[in-house]
Amino acid sequence: MPIHDQGYRRYSGARILRARSWFVIARAGIIERLRERRFLALLLVAWLLFVVRAVQIYFGTTFVRASFFAPSEETFHGFLTQQRLFVFFITIYAGAGLIASDRQANALQLYLSKPITRHDYIVGKLATLAAFLIAVTWVPAMMLLMLQVLFSGSLEFVSTHPRLVPAITITAALQVALASMMMLALSSLSRSRRFAAMLYALVTIFAGTIERVLQTATGAAGWVLVSPQNTLLVITDALFGIEPEIPVTLALIAIMTLMAVCVAVLERRVRAVDVVT
Amino acid sequence: MNTERSERSNGSTVVLENVTVRYGSHQALRRVSVAFPEGATGLLGPNGAGKSTLIKALLGLLRPAEGVMRVLGRDVAEAPLAIRAHVGYMPENDAHIPGMNAVSFVAYCGELCGLPPADAMQRAHEVLFYVGLGEARYRNVETYSTGMKQRIKLAQALVHDPDLLLLDEPTNGMDPKGRDEMLALIRDIADRISVILSSHVLPDVESACEHVVVLHKGVVATHGPIAALKGDSARVFELRVKGDEKRFIEALREVGIESHDESGDVMRVFVPAGRPAQVLFEVAARHGVQVRHFRASVPSLEDVFARALGD
Repeated sequence: MPIHDQGYRRYSGARILRARSWFVIARAGIIERLRERRFLALLLVAWLLFVVRAVQIYFGTTFVRASFFAPSEETFHGFLTQQRLFVFFITIYAGAGLIASDRQANALQLYLSKPITRHDYIVGKLATLAAFLIAVTWVPAMMLLMLQVLFSGSLEFVSTHPRLVPAITITAALQVALASMMMLALSSLSRSRRFAAMLYALVTIFAGTIERVLQTATGAAGWVLVSPQNTLLVITDALFGIEPEIPVTLALIAIMTLMAVCVAVLERRVRAVDVVT
Repeated sequence: MNTERSERSNGSTVVLENVTVRYGSHQALRRVSVAFPEGATGLLGPNGAGKSTLIKALLGLLRPAEGVMRVLGRDVAEAPLAIRAHVGYMPENDAHIPGMNAVSFVAYCGELCGLPPADAMQRAHEVLFYVGLGEARYRNVETYSTGMKQRIKLAQALVHDPDLLLLDEPTNGMDPKGRDEMLALIRDIADRISVILSSHVLPDVESACEHVVVLHKGVVATHGPIAALKGDSARVFELRVKGDEKRFIEALREVGIESHDESGDVMRVFVPAGRPAQVLFEVAARHGVQVRHFRASVPSLEDVFARALGD
């Protein structure tokens, strides 16, 4: 008689009928990325500007002689605009392999043979990248605002600038959504994370360069629509009360169109079975 | 669930009715109607017969152009997620979640199937020991050998304890010892849950399954219990002849006797039940062919396969 049954044993524990699969995917992606020291270092560097701005706000609100440091709407606009650099690097680092690596390892058929939908998968991957991007845009910007309240000891600044919270939130949301969706769509086009990273860098950097060349040559402000990042800046300017170069509706339509293209690409590329006819 | 019980009480885990799957203009499955009974069923067929397509369609990954598929009593078109929660799938090619060690990978698959995190981790350890990867469970999957990758694919398919296991070429690339161990695992699993084993390796199917469905060019060539398909319809003889072999084979076909080449100059002939083997000698004599070797043989799944395919 065997002292231990080494045969297949059935599972009698609990099952979640409709698992929050996107959350499981996002959590696993975030944990995996946070295990990398280089990525943690990048996240820390992305917060350096926050420290600088926090010191600025401290002196500006605490010492009368340093009142020229006092925060304004421009402080937050400038902060979010400067954080675009880190959004770029984090998007490439954490986003390039999100789907490309899964395609390389044939993981899509594993994912989609489980009780999850393609949308769960895409949302889970988007949430992975979005979580990091929110951590370097919206979170530090809102913390700067909270520091201003703490250092000044009143809510006067917030009440005299009622559009600040929505402006920060919408700007960060658009930055995060655009970067995440573009990166994810490009990542789905390849089996190589390096190639996906190069594509994203090309779209981001070269589009900006082309835009500047065309604008210089023709003098027309409309060329800003060539660059997704600068188009987003038009919307950011409008949100913070700065007169934009082109009508903000046009910029909004361009960004929404680009996001729709990204969704269409993801819809087409994220499949368990590649059907070549 | 009532439907499930009634259908499963009929002894079928999977039922297909007139299922057609197309890739563009190519029909990978053509009006397939077949039922897979409980227990282990082999899905046989040459490359391109439609085996993998059938499995992917059962998982809801491919949508049939027409027909109805029921898995564990549920319609695949209506409840693919509910079906996938109770089905384990081991794909044919290498597949893993990149950047994870084996235990994290298997636990992750468990969580995706709805197991609570702690249970998924416990179950992952258990399943990895079961498939023989207990000692290597903290290694990154990317460093695994081909045989180990096959085992981990089985582990991720088992972690949520499915009611039906779909195995696509599970012994691909394994050495003989590993292959035997994999087949032993499949036999053990099939004692507790239903298994559909897709393979073109006939001995694998013969050793692990009681039933077989043979696909050929997208249609069901034959299906049923292996013992019945092998046993009662014909007796098998090995024959070596000298003379016009092609003419002899044609003459045998004319009198209702099938044959196929095995290896070299030995052919296997199937004499229908109730007819004497003497008829082979009569046909040979009529066509001036000498019978140099004649031996009664044991019917094998290979014979069933060859006859189904009309080889």
